[in-house]
Amino acid sequence: MSKHTLAVLVENSPGVLARVAGLFSRRAYNIESLAVGPTENSAISRITLVIDVQKHALEQVIRQLDKLINVIHIAELTSEDSIQSELLLVKISATDKNRFDVDAVVETYEAKIVDQDGTSVTVEATGEPSKLEDLLKALEKFGVIELVQSGLVALERGSTALSDRTLSPQSIPTADDGGQADYQN
Amino acid sequence: MATYNGTSMSGASALVKSLEASGVEVAFGIPGGAVLPLYDPLFDSKLRHILVRHEQGAGHAATGYAQVTGRAGVCIATSGPGATNLVTPLADAAMDSVPLVAITGQVPSAAIGTDAFQEADIRGITMPFTKHNFLVTNPNDIPRAIAEAFYIATSGRPGPVLVDVSKDALQAQTTFDFPSSISLAGYNPQIAPTNQAIEDAAALIARSSKPVFYVGGGVIKANAHRELLELAELLGAPVVTTLMALGSFPGSHPLHLGMPGMHGTVAAVTSLQKADLLITLGARFDDRVTGKLSTFAQNAKIIHADIDPAEISKNRFADVPIIGDLKVTIKALIPALTKALAKNRPDLTPWLRQMNSLRDKYPLGFDNPPDGAVSPQSVIQRIGKISDPDTIYVAGVGQHQMWASQFVSYEKPRTWLNSGGLGTMGYAVPAAMGAKVAAPDTTVWAIDGDGCFQMTNQELTTCALNNIPIKVAIINNESLGMVRQWQTLFYESRYSNTNLESKRVPNFPMLAEAMGCVGLSCDRPEDVDKTIEKAMSINDQPVVVDFRVHRDAMVWPMVAAGASNDDIQIARQTAPDWDSQEL
Repeated sequence: MSKHTLAVLVENSPGVLARVAGLFSRRAYNIESLAVGPTENSAISRITLVIDVQKHALEQVIRQLDKLINVIHIAELTSEDSIQSELLLVKISATDKNRFDVDAVVETYEAKIVDQDGTSVTVEATGEPSKLEDLLKALEKFGVIELVQSGLVALERGSTALSDRTLSPQSIPTADDGGQADYQN
Repeated sequence: MATYNGTSMSGASALVKSLEASGVEVAFGIPGGAVLPLYDPLFDSKLRHILVRHEQGAGHAATGYAQVTGRAGVCIATSGPGATNLVTPLADAAMDSVPLVAITGQVPSAAIGTDAFQEADIRGITMPFTKHNFLVTNPNDIPRAIAEAFYIATSGRPGPVLVDVSKDALQAQTTFDFPSSISLAGYNPQIAPTNQAIEDAAALIARSSKPVFYVGGGVIKANAHRELLELAELLGAPVVTTLMALGSFPGSHPLHLGMPGMHGTVAAVTSLQKADLLITLGARFDDRVTGKLSTFAQNAKIIHADIDPAEISKNRFADVPIIGDLKVTIKALIPALTKALAKNRPDLTPWLRQMNSLRDKYPLGFDNPPDGAVSPQSVIQRIGKISDPDTIYVAGVGQHQMWASQFVSYEKPRTWLNSGGLGTMGYAVPAAMGAKVAAPDTTVWAIDGDGCFQMTNQELTTCALNNIPIKVAIINNESLGMVRQWQTLFYESRYSNTNLESKRVPNFPMLAEAMGCVGLSCDRPEDVDKTIEKAMSINDQPVVVDFRVHRDAMVWPMVAAGASNDDIQIARQTAPDWDSQEL
């Protein structure tokens, strides 16, 4: 088993996320993380999926996803050819006594403190999952009160967009000129 | 229909006009609250609407119609329970790749999500087993949704599409605008295979000494039966046709070894096990064919041609995948193979001799019941012999289905309809109704079980009232026969809840008569032929024959569920005599 990141361009229409999630559920594929959001094109949303599967299963996942009519394009993005990032918000116990140590950790990981009161601080960090894991480990000793993490998002390096090479569907005439195709040959 | 473009009309009228523009001639359905606005303009349409007695019947009838014509079948239901009653036929059509367009009414858009009367999220419910589905709440979107639904249902790997339309969208006014073309960013089925794939396949075939054509229902869907015949005769290799493919290759052809799988012939099952190459055409390595997958065709390389890329290497790794329409694929394969064989033509004679000897040694057969009762297999065999060669057979699910697949020789495509993937009991009567509507001049026999028949027989009323004179043979063994067979074999003959007592109640001929059909009965072997002939002589009314048959007959051969195909049994505790075979 190994982790794979898929960028899935889908039509921005109701029910698309349910179709994708339902496919994974009924075919027993395991989703590690999922992030959905708008793209540069208002008609298209982008789902970033991280899945933990074998190579053979990965091909099945991609082909099954591709059968969903609302799925326009699927690309596998590797950590080499793409920027991959998650967002972490974590609330930890922090008092005047250990605040100096907290600040040192936050600085080391290029995170920032986005909220605080006398007894806690909330740290925000972005980056690759491994970096955030390390940060969490370093913060654990202060006492984690609550944490929330986004799914991974990923963007290909370089100047092109995934949508550039996928959004030119061919036009099929409808049955108007003589009914449905005649199969009785 | 584009002539109506620009005309102002209701969403409901736009839907009817869109169905007409899509070439629809027949729809099966039942009206109800949310879909009522649609039934008003439907009243004036030239489109024939057949009022069924249960929405499940509408769905299976549309399937039967589609399986016979190759065109999309259409069914209509109202919201809530009307729509949920379509769930089984939609799942059935998805499993067997049947082009279907289901139209459902939905509660008004303002009420969606409020648990309104007769509200059901049918789009959500049917997502797993429709090829695609739509919820339309804007009347302007209706023509495009319908046009796209037909295109999606009938192109690529066919399948069911559901269009759910809210009542307010049906009632509101719109300006009709049927699209002249469709472009879907996320849907573009590959029709032509790559040259490389064809060359690789031809080269591999020309290097193989034990090839078998493993043919699935895709060949019928693609109307590629003529091409298949040419290809098979070109190579001269044996052909096996799956349950969904019966009729895609003439059953009586000397190269035909029969059906593979759980109840396949010894020759067909063994040919796959011993082959060095499977030329797989529109089949999907279903568990009922492969048996225990890890022991299936262990020495074979796999060529897998299918229009659905997701079928490639799903269950069995394909050495040479070919993605494309099968008609186009086989047409391309014929010249490529001719060329490859000119360079190197392997001698298939020993292989054919082995397989033919298996076929001769282990033909399908049955023993007559010891108590002198009617044998179920003989009834089906005689129907197949007495009926004219164009006859369409429609089976339910169970023992009678397997016997109908074994003891009728299917010579032409689209003459054998059954529920292969989902195994839907109750399929036969409504599907036969749809088949008869599609082919009114052809004899349509439903071969049904007494269990199946009691699930959907109310559609005989529909048949009687709408001049749809199907013939139904109930193979009445007063049991859920296949379940009983498994209880005999695997549950120490403990017949828990499989005794239907259908020789006592209901009285099938009387039930048939009550629904406006002719009811016949037969319980003596010597009366079988004349009863069939009597049924054949009635063409102005549906006929139901209660064939009261021996209860303990079993379907053989059999590969037990989860067992290896190598462990096929020709009768209880009886394996073929492998030692005398040179394999």
